[in-house]
Formats: sequence, C-alpha cells, structure tokens
Amino acid sequence: MNHALMHYLVWPLIKFLIAFVIVQAIVAAMNWIERRLLGLFQARLGPNRVGREWRIPWGLGQIIADPVKFLLKEDIVPSSAEKVAYYLGPMLPLIPAFVVFCLIPFGPPPTFIAARVNVGLLLILALTSTGVYGIILGGWASNNKYSLMGGLRSAAQMVSYEVPFGLSIVGVLMICGSLDLVTIVRYQEINAWNFLPQIVACFIFLVSMNAENNRTPFDLPEAESELVAGYHTEYSAMKFAFFMLAEFSMMIVNSCLIVTLFFGGWTLGMFGLGLTTDVLAKMGFMGGLLGTLIFATKVMMFMLVYIWIRATFPRYRFDQLMDLGWKFMIPLALANIFVTAIFILAGQERLMYWIGLGAIAVTAFYLFKPRRAVQKVIHAAG
Amino acid sequence: MFDVHEMEVNFGPQHPSTHGVLRVILKVDGERIIDAKPIIGYLHRGTEKLFEHMAYPQCVPHTDRMDYVASATNNLGFVETVEKLLGVTKLIPRRAQILRVMLSELQRISSHLLWLATHAIDIGAMTPFFYCFREREQVLDFFEAYCGARLTLNCMRIGGMPEDTPPGWLDDIEAFCAKFDAAVDEYESLLTNNRIWKKRTVGIGVLSPEDAIDWGITGPPLRGSGIEWDLRRAQPYEVYPELEFDIPIGKNGDTYDRYLVRMAEMRQSNRILKQCIPMIKQTPAGDLKAKISKVIRPPEGEVYHSIEAPKGELGYYIVSDGKTQNAYRCHVRPPSFVNLQALPALAKGHLVSDLVALIGTIDIVLGEVDR
Repeated sequence: MNHALMHYLVWPLIKFLIAFVIVQAIVAAMNWIERRLLGLFQARLGPNRVGREWRIPWGLGQIIADPVKFLLKEDIVPSSAEKVAYYLGPMLPLIPAFVVFCLIPFGPPPTFIAARVNVGLLLILALTSTGVYGIILGGWASNNKYSLMGGLRSAAQMVSYEVPFGLSIVGVLMICGSLDLVTIVRYQEINAWNFLPQIVACFIFLVSMNAENNRTPFDLPEAESELVAGYHTEYSAMKFAFFMLAEFSMMIVNSCLIVTLFFGGWTLGMFGLGLTTDVLAKMGFMGGLLGTLIFATKVMMFMLVYIWIRATFPRYRFDQLMDLGWKFMIPLALANIFVTAIFILAGQERLMYWIGLGAIAVTAFYLFKPRRAVQKVIHAAG
Repeated sequence: MFDVHEMEVNFGPQHPSTHGVLRVILKVDGERIIDAKPIIGYLHRGTEKLFEHMAYPQCVPHTDRMDYVASATNNLGFVETVEKLLGVTKLIPRRAQILRVMLSELQRISSHLLWLATHAIDIGAMTPFFYCFREREQVLDFFEAYCGARLTLNCMRIGGMPEDTPPGWLDDIEAFCAKFDAAVDEYESLLTNNRIWKKRTVGIGVLSPEDAIDWGITGPPLRGSGIEWDLRRAQPYEVYPELEFDIPIGKNGDTYDRYLVRMAEMRQSNRILKQCIPMIKQTPAGDLKAKISKVIRPPEGEVYHSIEAPKGELGYYIVSDGKTQNAYRCHVRPPSFVNLQALPALAKGHLVSDLVALIGTIDIVLGEVDR
C-alpha cells in the first residue's frame, strides 16, 4: 500500500515538480534568448545590459528583471470587463500547458518521465487543445473590440489547425502502432527516426505547431500592427505574463512533441546503432541524464526554429490562413495517411525511408541552388 | 432570430500602424470592411496661416514640420516657389543646385527607407525594419554633417544654400552609394519573392490608372498604376535635365507594384547621387548664393510651383501683395493629403489586415496631411 502510494503519487509528483521548475526556468530564459537572437538576426544587440552591475554577463539579468517587472506592475482591470471570465482568461491556458509536462518523456523510462500513460499522446492532444478557451474568454471578457477580434481569430485558427495537427500524428501512430510516447521513441531507435518515413507529416506538424502557438507567420490573434495586442490588449502585469508563460510553455511542449514523435526523443541513433536506450541504460543514472541532455538539445533546436521563422516571415492574412489550413494542410495530411496505409499494407515500410531521403535531397537542392536574380525594375520608362 | 449588424471599430488615432494620428472609422462585417472613413486634423498646426505672418526666410523651418520625414524636399519646394515669385530661378549658382538635388535624393532614399521599414512591420515582417534603419541612420548622419540636424533640416535658403559641403562629405556619400544597391538587394531578398509578402500585397488595393488620375494621386502610387508621371522629368527643376535616371512604373496598380516602384526609385535615387558627386566636384567651392536682396519683398502676383517630393507632387501656391515681406496667402498641396483620399475606395471589401497594408502603401505622414 505504502509502496503503491510512493509509486503512483509521490514520485510522479516529485518528478513533475522537478520538470516543471526546470521548464519554467527555460521559459524565463527563452524570453531573453528570443530577444537576444532576434537582435542578432536584425543587426542590433538585443538586451545586453541588465545585470552588469552584478557582473552578470550578456544581459542575463533580464531573465530575472522581466518576471519582477510583471509582478510589480499595476494590475489594471477594465471597469467594463466581465470580471469572472476576465480572471479565468489567463488561468485556463496555463493549466494544460503545465500539466502536459508530466506526460512527456524527457529521458529513458522509468526515471525521466513523471507519468507513463499508454494513451499519452491522446491525452496531450486533449489537454493542449483546451488552451484556446482562455484566449476566447479573455478576448471576449475584456470588452474591447480589438480583443474580441483577436479572440475570435485565435479560436478559428486554433480549432482549424488542431485538425492537421492531429492528422499528421496519425501516420506516426500507424507506423509505430502505439499511442505511448515511450514506445514511439523505442520504435524509432530500432528503425529510423520518424521524420524519414513521415517527412510530409513532419512538415505539416512543424507548420501547424507554429499556427497552434500563434507564432509568426500565424500570429494573427495578437497581430501587433492590426489588433494592437489582440486578445491580451487589456491585460496587464502578471495576467499578461500568464498568457506569455502559457505561450512559451506550449512552444516547449510542441517542440518536445515533435522531437519525441519525429526526431527520436532522447536517443541519438537509428537501426539499433548509436546511443540507444539500451546503451544509455548500461551507463546507469548518468546515461539517463545524457539522454535528457540529448532531448533538451533537440528541443532547443526547435525553439530556435520558432525564433528563426519569426525573424524571417511576414504575417498571413486571416482568410489566407484558413485557406492554407483547410484547403492545403488537411488534404495533404489525409493523403499522407492514405499513402502510409498503402505502404504498411504492402509491407514496404522501408521504402518510405527512401522517399523521405529523396524529399530531403530535393529540398536541399532547391535551398542551396543559386538564387534567381531579384526582379529589379518592373518597367523602366523615360 | 439574431440581431445582425455591422461592428464599428475606431482605428486610431492611437494605433500602432496608423503612422501618426490618423483615425479611421471602420464599419466591419466580421473582418471585412464595409466602409472606412478617415478622420484627419489631429495634427493641425495652422502652418499655412503662420506663413502669412512670417517673413519668407522665416517660413523655411516651418516647412520642415510638414512632411517631417522628408524635410529637405519641403524646403526645396518652398524656396523654389519664392525664387520663382522673385524671378531669380536662373540666378541660383550651379553648385547650390547640385547640392539641392543631392539633398533631395538623399531625402528620397531616407523617406522610402522609413516607408519600407514601417510597411514591412505592418505586414508582420520584423527584420526589414532594422535593416532599413541601419541605412537610414547613415543618411541622417550625412544630413547632420551638412546642417547639424537629422530630421528637421532647414537646409535650404531662398537664393541658394546656407553651407558648403563639409570636408570628406562627398567621399562618404560616394562610399555609401557604392554599398547602397547591395543593401536594397538585401531588403528585396527578404520580401520581393516571399510567398507570404506576395499574398499580402498582390491584388490588394488595386488603383486603376483612370481612378488614380481622377483622385489626383501623384508620386509612387500613380506610377504604380502604370502612369509615367514624374515632375523631375515632366517639369524639370534644378539640374535634373542633365541627370540620367529611369522612371519605374508598375502594371497592376496594386500594393505589390507600388512596393516594387519604390524599391526601384531608391536605386534610381542612388544612381542620381552617383552622377551628382563628380558634377559637384567640378564647380567652384563656396559659390552657393545668388546675389539677391537680403530683404525679400516679391512683386505683386501669385505663383504655383511643385516638385516631386518622395510621396508625390508637393506644390506651394503663394500670393504676394507686393507691399510686405510676408505672403498674403500661402497654400500647400501636400501629396499625402491628396493620396489619402483614395483610402476609403481602396479599403472597401478588403479585410482589416489589408487596411494596415493600404495605409502603409499610400505612405502618409500626418504632419503633412493636417499641416
């Protein structure tokens, strides 16, 4: 009895708390990393000053200064706001964004996952999709037309992109035959990482996770130049910080998911070679930590992709975003499921690796081939 | 069953992408604009009335404050109009004329850079903003070296120019010109062939050539609609007849074409600057002022003169009663004000997101709209 209590409640809780604290520290740091990296992308310095008096290098003091500022600022509640919904708004997206972390395998099981659930993936999808309620509620309760438009945009966008997001995962499930994230990772270390056979699904997942998180080029709900700040226009101080916290947490969740589903999770090997779970297990606890480190590195790479995209692209328009989702991504995801099913039925799963490799080669060719000259003058007269 | 009615949204005067204090009252059905009504006048300072109470030379600094991102061309328009009224246009020394052209073209570059920066950030592309400001800083440094000011230049005088070029100035501009085309390539590599940028601009706010003429639109929006009309060619002033440059024109008259036209204009301005540098080096140093009376009292009469400002035709209409040292009446025809009139027609039927693209593509400065 006592053992069961420890096994099912206390240990998972401790593990979750550790994961939670570390992830929140990363979230706080991400704010600084994003601003600093954007600065480097944009030929400027970014925040590099805070903390100089205490000999903290590179402006790292910003990581502490930002939350402190949020805590100390005046918390303004619009007098015309719908109070209950207004207060619920920032809380709702935060809860699923935090809870999800107990389902994610940060390293080899059983040590580095708080709760191994055999329908883990489904549970994560169910939890994360509730985040949109807070945004709609917050946008509506602020009693501001811009907030309302931001909330509505976000509702339409997040609901639409749930579909390709979910459909892109189906292909992976069909190959791995499990909803358990640990099983999916272990399948990948024996066979190839899933981005090879499921290159299309991986692409759809990458795009829809950007859209899910309201990140550029899909940041319409908070489009600064159109809707001022969208759904969080009327939120200040820590309430605003809650929205930001939820957004960054969800970015990490989605990066964790793409790494787990398509890029081999905590392992660094394919076809049973390299740093697989068994190799890590032989190293004991240190091997587990190494696995976590590999996982964290992969996750950070995808976080950087988010920032890279933000620095590069303009913003989609609302109807174009819907067109992209319904007319392109969803049919593509369905076609991917169909093609995958045919390959599995034919027993030719290995053939999909070559298709994936071919797709990567073609993409690389187009990326690195010499650019055509930019169109300079349309028509010179006179 | 349901009470269906359109929503009225107050877009501005305090809004991140109205480029100042423009207020647009929008009637929207969901996100689609049914009606857009620009409300102007929040920045009205009575500049035209002020001109009636100041001697002509005193007016020049006030012209700076109209289109405050392109003050050199504002100065140029005013001093040329007064010179025309005095009948001394032919007396302006060649060095002063070339210097005026150089400052105007630098100003055109800096104004277009600011336009591109804000237009891109309105459409959501963040990075071009900083790239444009990197080059704009250099242009502003040239202004600072020449006249001490970076924004409100007050850099021209009736009858000539106030200062000669500072030492090393021309060489610095030469170095800048050599690099500038590559910088424009850099902005274009981020935007011109970008799918999202094209989706946001192609076919948005189409202005037919006939409509453009009917609305009295000038400058890049007119040329974007495919009409070859540039006052530097059509009614040449200063040394423009001697300079080689193309007038880029668009085909479809949409936001994308106006973007391409302005990008091409920056390259043309650079081309003009490159030609001006050897020209100004051949003229004697210090020969900057025509020998005209210190007290400016034009004969009785009226004159309208216009120049090609970065945003379009900037015209001054001055009436002199021949007795006083100040204008009896001075009217300004600002390009932004006239171009802005097309906004409701352009915006109708588009989405709210397109409105910010349209405000950006018209390229307004509220200081000039409201005067």
